[in-house]
Amino acid sequence: MFAYIVRRLFAVIVMLLVVILVTFGIFFAIPKFTGSDPALMYVGKQADPAAIEGIRQKLGLGEPILEQFWNFVRGIFAGRDYASANDSVHCPAPCFGYSFRHESPIWPELTSRLPVTLSLAGGACVLWVTGGVLTGVVSALKRGTVWDRTAMTVALSGVSLPIYFTALLSLAVFKYKLGWVGGEYTSFGDDPGSWFGGLILPWVTLAFLYAAMYARLTRATMLEVLGEDYIRTARAKGLAEPVVIGKHAMRSTMTPILTVLGMDLGALVGGAILTETAFSLPGLGQAAVAAINERDLPMILGVTLITASAVVFANLVVDLLYAVIDPRVRLS
Amino acid sequence: MTTAAAPSPASGPASGPGEPPTAFLDVRDLRIHFPTDDGLVKSVDGLSFQLEKGRTLGIVGESGSGKSVTSLGIMGLHTVGQYGRGKARISGEIWLDGKELMSADPDEVRRLRGREMAMIFQDPLSAMHPYFTIGHQIVEAYRVHHSDAGKKTARKRAVELLDRVGIPQPDRRVDDYPHQFSGGMRQRAMIAMALVNNPELLIADEPTTALDVTVQAQILDLIRDLQKEFGSAVIVITHDLGVVAELADDILVMYGGRCVERGPAEQLFSAPRHPYTWGLLGSMPRIDREQTERLIPVKGSPPSLINIPSGCAFNPRCPYADVPAGGITRTERPELRLVTGAAGGPGGGQHWSACHMAEEERTRIWTEEIAPKL
Repeated sequence: MFAYIVRRLFAVIVMLLVVILVTFGIFFAIPKFTGSDPALMYVGKQADPAAIEGIRQKLGLGEPILEQFWNFVRGIFAGRDYASANDSVHCPAPCFGYSFRHESPIWPELTSRLPVTLSLAGGACVLWVTGGVLTGVVSALKRGTVWDRTAMTVALSGVSLPIYFTALLSLAVFKYKLGWVGGEYTSFGDDPGSWFGGLILPWVTLAFLYAAMYARLTRATMLEVLGEDYIRTARAKGLAEPVVIGKHAMRSTMTPILTVLGMDLGALVGGAILTETAFSLPGLGQAAVAAINERDLPMILGVTLITASAVVFANLVVDLLYAVIDPRVRLS
Repeated sequence: MTTAAAPSPASGPASGPGEPPTAFLDVRDLRIHFPTDDGLVKSVDGLSFQLEKGRTLGIVGESGSGKSVTSLGIMGLHTVGQYGRGKARISGEIWLDGKELMSADPDEVRRLRGREMAMIFQDPLSAMHPYFTIGHQIVEAYRVHHSDAGKKTARKRAVELLDRVGIPQPDRRVDDYPHQFSGGMRQRAMIAMALVNNPELLIADEPTTALDVTVQAQILDLIRDLQKEFGSAVIVITHDLGVVAELADDILVMYGGRCVERGPAEQLFSAPRHPYTWGLLGSMPRIDREQTERLIPVKGSPPSLINIPSGCAFNPRCPYADVPAGGITRTERPELRLVTGAAGGPGGGQHWSACHMAEEERTRIWTEEIAPKL
């Protein structure tokens, strides 16, 4: 088990380095080869030549690409100074970049938005896992019945309806027509009640989309597991059916659900762009959209790094949970 | 030995419905049918047999002959957990130790499962849950029927049984997972799990099929020893005549969901009276036979259990289908008839077979045509 954890952690470090390398490559190295000027992209269109030259110096774009990369990585751990002939800005560690457009480091902006996205993803995740798995299990056990067909039809609609449709629909009905929910996003620390009130609609909307997928996945997996020999053995031992399902079948059904959950959660932490935009939640997704609109490249880079890291970490958690669930992973 | 009632021409050797059982396990006219989109699959269609404690019955047949379905039927496993699948249609009577199981409350049958009747499955790797330790699975089997037993008692019992079935260092291996055991060890653990509650009926469904040949012999020895020790009734289900030759006191040959021949083991090996049994014997490889001599396979494939031919189910594959039927017409289904010419085995076991041909004709074919080639 210990060796397994060490191996996984090592893999995570390598993955993160690859993530940084690829991200850096996309934002700095490729423009160099295609002949476009990163400095131009970093300041926006209306900048005067002097400002562009200043940024070019600050980013060290004239230096060899490897040195640029080294400065970039070192900045993450030690912070860095962006200096030109005229002025200098300091970006404290962890420095994921500096937005010349907003004249501020990226990291504080990212960390202020992260709780919003985590609240949204976490709450929705609890909802969709509970709802999806329960629906899937009941559907599997009642295969072919009216319940099964209804649940799977609803699930199909959940999978196929785009979030910007369900989000606007639920906003129109529950917020503007009925007035049941409302309010802006409030942080949990300020007021848990209005934190909950502001997020319940996004949670349900987002969870509906994912719960539908999880219900279908759970149903299919459960039906497969129920056909396994060891389920027959469990029954032959004289175990009651709730134990056979709840313990023996459920344990095996969790594995694929966990796999998908790791990827979904990781991707969501990078920002549920559509959901955050539709519900005006000041999360990472919204920051990404704003940054793209403003051509604020450092911000886009920052969000990309956070998203990729979130996926890597979520998968680490999944791998460790695998080991807890499946002894073959832990002991091999 | 089977203490069959007087032969009744309609249902073969069986007691009438509702009458008290004549043996420890008394299966009467068991029918297990599965409705499918293609039609009704008659997996078991009128099977009757008896089994006493301390005896071993070997049920032999090809894949799809209904032998595994029969064993699951006795365990009552066709009626639980059939979520949304077509419900199996089961009729007949199963008397176990004086109780009729088919009409019993399902929860009562569940409490008998694992305690009075237990089962060993074919593939011990897939038959054990990969995520739980061997010990956990045995303890679970024990505690479900001994709710007052503490975890320590149950664990001691698990270690004791693992030791009994020949697992080295059982107090350490009890915490291993199934994948850490070899195939033979897993089957031993499976046997330990089945025996943890001292069941009076043990059903072994192809217990050696998934194992190496050397391990097969060990497992067969183990089953035989344990039966002597526990004195339980054992049903061994197999397609391998070698296995039944090792273990069985009586043999029941199934074909197309029905019994085509049954009797004491030595009788079935020395004087079988059904062409299908001849075919099984002829297709068994033997070391003492010249390699130039070819095996005699049973030609064709097992019958569809949806459209079982009227008359004899074996007829399309029977090499003697053109021999004139003795006494009954070819379109009629042959019922089990007592083989009169055969001497009763030890314990007075009777020999039955279901064939159109007259007995003298079959005796002649066996002694003149089949036996010399084996």
